[in-house]
Amino acid sequence: MSWDASYLWQFDVLILPMVIILAIASLSIKDLVSAAILFGAFSFLMCLMWTEMLAVDVAFTEAAVGAGVSTVLFLGTALHIKRKAKD
Amino acid sequence: MKKIAFLITLAIGVLLLRAAVDLPDWGDPNSPASLHVSPYYITKSLEETAVPNFVTSVLADYRSYDTMFETTVIFCAGITVLTLLRRARRVSKKVIKPRPARKGSDLILQNAVRLLLPTIQLFAFYVLAHGHHSPGGGFQGGVILGAGFILLAIAYDMHMVFQRLREKTVLLLSGIGVAIYAGIGALCLVLGKNFLGYAALSRILGTTEVMAHSDGILGVEIGVAITVLAIMFSLYIDLASGGDLDEGL
Repeated sequence: MSWDASYLWQFDVLILPMVIILAIASLSIKDLVSAAILFGAFSFLMCLMWTEMLAVDVAFTEAAVGAGVSTVLFLGTALHIKRKAKD
Repeated sequence: MKKIAFLITLAIGVLLLRAAVDLPDWGDPNSPASLHVSPYYITKSLEETAVPNFVTSVLADYRSYDTMFETTVIFCAGITVLTLLRRARRVSKKVIKPRPARKGSDLILQNAVRLLLPTIQLFAFYVLAHGHHSPGGGFQGGVILGAGFILLAIAYDMHMVFQRLREKTVLLLSGIGVAIYAGIGALCLVLGKNFLGYAALSRILGTTEVMAHSDGILGVEIGVAITVLAIMFSLYIDLASGGDLDEGL
């Protein structure tokens, strides 16, 4: 793999490990409200990744939908069911 | 159970990474994806549709069937959540955990939302109208509009938003958006060209065929934005109130 294949490899090295850590954390945390917030943070970082790949329309959509509406929908659902995941 | 799922996901991830080594380089002009259809879209989009942003022109003109069915899928998702969750107001107030009553109004939050919301909605209309030249378009504008209404419902009470935008209006808007999209397609069919062939609109608009493409794209983007606005708000009010539209977040 050639690390110079992306537009800004420093940005990749900085953001990608955080994305992976956020993804693993949001699946293994027990409190559902915290998991919803971590999904929102994951969406924000994915928006930055799309911008770095020069896909600005996709980044716009990801910011509006993922970090805006989808986080609110997850929170609204998590407050209506029991707040701890069972496993 | 979660450990087994985690191990399976890790194994599939390793397999995908090993397959990704064989993919062409990022931005390679000789890759198969940029040799066949992409050069046509990139070079011909401005002179055939008068829209410089070729993401919008591919979405709404060259691949307009897909966008129409995507709008229909969004509409069906909103209707599904409505069907599953919406119920009459509960007679007995037996809830899973008692929610604390709202203690007075939140001064800072409500005034900040009151000052920000016109700017948010104006920006959403700008994104919708300027989708021909800048990133954006119908879907993004509709989501920002819907998020503005959700912000209002979170800061104030849900009943306050229902005084301004009734639930029946929301459902009507979601159907109207899809009808605008399919209606423009049917109008093109009636006027002589194919379904969603925007060149036929030049007969009733009185412009050249190239500008009729641009106007047709604007029309369908308006339809997409109306549906997305209505469905985003309808999803929020159904999910956050448990279906009875009484109290939200």
